[in-house]
Amino acid sequence: MTELLWWVFASLAIGGALGMILGRSPVASLMFLILTFFGVAAIYILLGAHFIGAIQIIVYAGAIMVLFLFVIMLLNLGHDYEKDLRSVGWMAAGFAAAGATGFLLTRAFLPAGSVPDMGGDSMIAAAVEQYGAVGAVAYPMLQEYVVPFELTGLLLLIAIVGAVVLAKRRI
Amino acid sequence: MLLTQSLVLSAILFSLGVVGILIRRNAIILFMCVELMLNAANLAFVALSRAVGIEGQVFVFFVIAVAAAEAAVGLAIVIAVFRHFESVDIKNFSLLRW
Repeated sequence: MTELLWWVFASLAIGGALGMILGRSPVASLMFLILTFFGVAAIYILLGAHFIGAIQIIVYAGAIMVLFLFVIMLLNLGHDYEKDLRSVGWMAAGFAAAGATGFLLTRAFLPAGSVPDMGGDSMIAAAVEQYGAVGAVAYPMLQEYVVPFELTGLLLLIAIVGAVVLAKRRI
Repeated sequence: MLLTQSLVLSAILFSLGVVGILIRRNAIILFMCVELMLNAANLAFVALSRAVGIEGQVFVFFVIAVAAAEAAVGLAIVIAVFRHFESVDIKNFSLLRW
């Protein structure tokens, strides 16, 4: 059952990605991208990462995509599809580069057992049993990784100030 | 085997992002492709967390925060460039190159 659902959501994600890179207008591309994000969120949940799946939907499909949609509609884009696509040479180069990237990444992953199993599945199951789905992620984040966590907060603050400075006409 | 399959899916999504970057000119769609590639990396992290431990999911949290910051600043740059050139074609961004 999990296997079948995985295939459904994986094809949803790939279809959404294809629709995005070939979409005729930026809004259509964005809607396909949201489809991809939902597919990926469902795959996170199938992989057992429930909290990350919820975060994916709230932050990506919610906040970031609304920001994109807002900018697209603010700038009133999307009337020149032909100008938007690059020339045939670029397309051939693009598909060749992507094919090489995909082949190399797949080649690195594919031999079965190339990922050493260090018992992560049972460790996660034990942590979820003890702390719950959110706590299992939160405890290591706020203990071992507390410095990166605080730095992320600082980064977000800098991003807010930077966005205001860049987008404001006159400060 | 869900883990290996998910890693291959992440490779496919990443290469689709690469295709999008190379064949489109609209800066906003290029941003969407960058988000797709970040998502592919996140998928690899989550898949590997099944083998290595909860750290994979912690890193995904940080990547999502960085992606949010990147989207805010990037879209602010797009708005600033649009105000100047009345277009978001990527050729107008050459001023940022050097």
